[in-house]
Amino acid sequence: MSYSINVNGADHSVEVEGDTPLLWVLRDVLGMTGTKFGCAIALCGACTVHLDGRPVRACTLPVAAAVGKRVRTIEGASSEKVSASLMAAWLELEVVQCGYCQPGQIMSASALLADKPNPSDGDIDHAMSGNICRCGTYQRIRAAIKHAATHLVTDGESSDIAIGTQ
Amino acid sequence: MTRSLTSRRVFIQTSAAAGGGLLLSLMLPQRAGAGAAAAADISASFMPNAFIRIGRTGPITLIVHMVEMGQGTFTSLPMLIAEELEVDLAQIVVEAAPPDDKLYTNPINGMQATGTSASIRAAWEPLRQCGAIARTLLITAAAKLWRVEEHTCHAYKGSVVHSPSGRSVRYQLLVDAAAKLPVPGAVVLKARKDFKLIGTAAKRVDAKDKVLGQTVFGIDARVAGMKFAAVAICPEFGAALRPTDDSAALKVSGVRKVIQLHDAVAVVADHTGAARKGLAALQLNWDSGPNAAIDSAAIARQMALASTTGKALVANKIGDVAGARAHAVSQFEQVYELPLLAHAPMEPMNCSVHVRVDGCDIWVGTQVQTRAQAEAARITGLPLAAVKLHSLFIGGGFGRRLEIDNINLAVRIGQQVEGPVNVLWSREEDMQHDFYRPCYHNRVWVGLDSHGMPLTWQHRVTGSSVLARWDPPSFKNGLDDDAVDSAAGPPYDFPNVLLEFVRCEPPGIATGWWRGVGSTHNVFIVESVMDELALAAKIDPVEYRRRLLKGSPRALGVLEKAAMMADWGKPLPARSGRGVSVEFAFGTYVATVLQVAVTAGGEVKVEGAVCAVDCGVIVNPDTVKAQIEGGTIFGLSAALFNEITLANGRVDQSNFNDYRMLRMLEAPRVKVHLMESAEAPGGIGETGTAAVAPALINAIFAATGVRLRKLPVATHDLRAI
Ligand code: FES
Ligand code: FES
Repeated sequence: MSYSINVNGADHSVEVEGDTPLLWVLRDVLGMTGTKFGCAIALCGACTVHLDGRPVRACTLPVAAAVGKRVRTIEGASSEKVSASLMAAWLELEVVQCGYCQPGQIMSASALLADKPNPSDGDIDHAMSGNICRCGTYQRIRAAIKHAATHLVTDGESSDIAIGTQ
Repeated sequence: MTRSLTSRRVFIQTSAAAGGGLLLSLMLPQRAGAGAAAAADISASFMPNAFIRIGRTGPITLIVHMVEMGQGTFTSLPMLIAEELEVDLAQIVVEAAPPDDKLYTNPINGMQATGTSASIRAAWEPLRQCGAIARTLLITAAAKLWRVEEHTCHAYKGSVVHSPSGRSVRYQLLVDAAAKLPVPGAVVLKARKDFKLIGTAAKRVDAKDKVLGQTVFGIDARVAGMKFAAVAICPEFGAALRPTDDSAALKVSGVRKVIQLHDAVAVVADHTGAARKGLAALQLNWDSGPNAAIDSAAIARQMALASTTGKALVANKIGDVAGARAHAVSQFEQVYELPLLAHAPMEPMNCSVHVRVDGCDIWVGTQVQTRAQAEAARITGLPLAAVKLHSLFIGGGFGRRLEIDNINLAVRIGQQVEGPVNVLWSREEDMQHDFYRPCYHNRVWVGLDSHGMPLTWQHRVTGSSVLARWDPPSFKNGLDDDAVDSAAGPPYDFPNVLLEFVRCEPPGIATGWWRGVGSTHNVFIVESVMDELALAAKIDPVEYRRRLLKGSPRALGVLEKAAMMADWGKPLPARSGRGVSVEFAFGTYVATVLQVAVTAGGEVKVEGAVCAVDCGVIVNPDTVKAQIEGGTIFGLSAALFNEITLANGRVDQSNFNDYRMLRMLEAPRVKVHLMESAEAPGGIGETGTAAVAPALINAIFAATGVRLRKLPVATHDLRAI
């Protein structure tokens, strides 16, 4: 079967079965490897992408369910204000270690901030606890989300510091 | 795996690199005995690999021989070179070294292996020397060019400057001249007060790509024509696959091939989704192997029995335990048990290969580049030089990627696939076919004096020897120096010590290095016992340790600092408590205080952690802090939740539902204080993990009065009655 999906604003037609998880379509068919595989059963958040702005686990989302919707992945995130601001905060506070979980973390965090520009600790815990970081970067992730939120609120325009796809 | 760095000589050669440029070959000395032979080798031949490459144009390339798996080597090792070479990190690019045990051996591990928290410890002097020699040569070249005295020139931000005349020339323009110069015999390293880069929180060079999702991990290797394989490995260790009807898998759209090996089956497809679907469609049957009956209870019984009846070899002996015991006024005896643990790195095991008649490419993130290459050569029968290893980023190692089973399996599959294939394990396969952190049974006997202080200390460690399998030459006289690491040794100074090791291998189970290795296990025992002894002596746990640390000012320093930061002694609400641990491991001192609250139902909430760390001279303080923060969380997941169990020869756990990880809402804030120190650098990647479990258990005791002597934490024992 052929399915047409929109990823980061571009339409792609892919020849796969409709029940193929979006994760493998992105990674193996389209070659967009920024979205990661960690568990395949929606337990770790490594595969988090946005579907019409909502965070979803691509490992359990059939490609057929993405048809007619907008998929955004980490590859397309830096062009968007909230994500760019989060990425800048991630760099500022040196969040990453191995880095493997971080695309998923950033996608979860950007969905949170788009929804709640000024999240409480409880909001952050709630939104982020589906994302495992085996390297244990949680406290820096929490701090970076707050850092980004503050920047977005105080100077909405200049938030996308130093980030841009090269 | 504590081995001494016996030689600090550095062997350097210069030559003109292909295409023009200055290339410095540096060899880190190998373990005692091997060094001299290798040195002769290197001085006799041109070595194309190195740590520094400067071309006539472009940025300066620094080659990193230890892999980046989050611990920061791609930033901290270049910092050592850049400090002496006088370049900014912004002026360099980092390149992963190819496999080469001659050029890139880590003297602490004896091979090109990234582990034992050894990267900075081993590279501290050699890499700075490497930078200093390059700088010296470039200055000499510039001085010759300008016909001035060398001492009137200095290096600054990638250029040589002649201050009297104000002239300056970029390194890139000096490379041809510098490459022709003889290597200076001795160079003077900078004094610590002159460091510009070392000791600063320099930004990680790998961070930007990682947040943008552009970093290529092993799993992300993509080349034209690549196929994707999903695998199932015998669920029982040592069992075999029965011939399987593959038609159900081949019916799945996108599936190309089913490969049946004696111990595994692979479904090869156009994408992993089809491969996984094809694999799930197969009816797999396995012949039972010799280990079909093993289960966790039997292993625990086997360990306990070995601990009393097995052959106990003396690993360390100080004074006379048997004689001094007669003078003890009381005796303490306890048993502590630790479970098998999986590594569960975020990036599941994988490896991509392209096997051809005349060569083989491997794309993988590995902690052992040379072993990975050699394994592919062994299986294919190709010469080593025909196997090209592409060393990619690692999505978490923790010791798991010191093994090459993923490479072995991928190459065997690749031999039956036309073109490149990406072999990816599911999380379940990853968890059920690990090289597990050994389970250990520990008996401790302490003879106490009239003040309740230890007069004799006897610790018998019973468990697997990872070293015996992983590095047989280092396993000498039946003793495993890792299995007893951090037991009955510094920082405490006991007058009479008997440390014993009973080797007991659980049947069929492969054991492996796990973050913190021997120290993670033994610090738990020693620091649990410390608290038990303090209680018996009716002395505060910090005070009790203080009295035993008089001879170790660095250990005492971190203890005092952590106690102060944690408000030690300040009253807490009911069912809350603080616990402390002191650790000396990998050349680093750490004191940790954890604060917990235990609910009436027995759930443990870790409310905060403080760590005071003395790791000698610090190369990058922010990286050190990050490693302690993360290492603490890693150790907490294990202590609170993790245990691999077996039934009928199979591992029970499969994914993050039954082998769970600390999540953000459960993760405490870890406050780290770094002590000022001029001592040689200690290791850092594993220390946080090793220190945390005893602090947790001691805090739980303070909160509930329940002493846990077995990990992970059994919450049902902690219920309020
Ligand atoms: S891979 Fe999708 S949540 Fe883990
Ligand atoms: S940074 Fe390694 S798993 Fe999160």
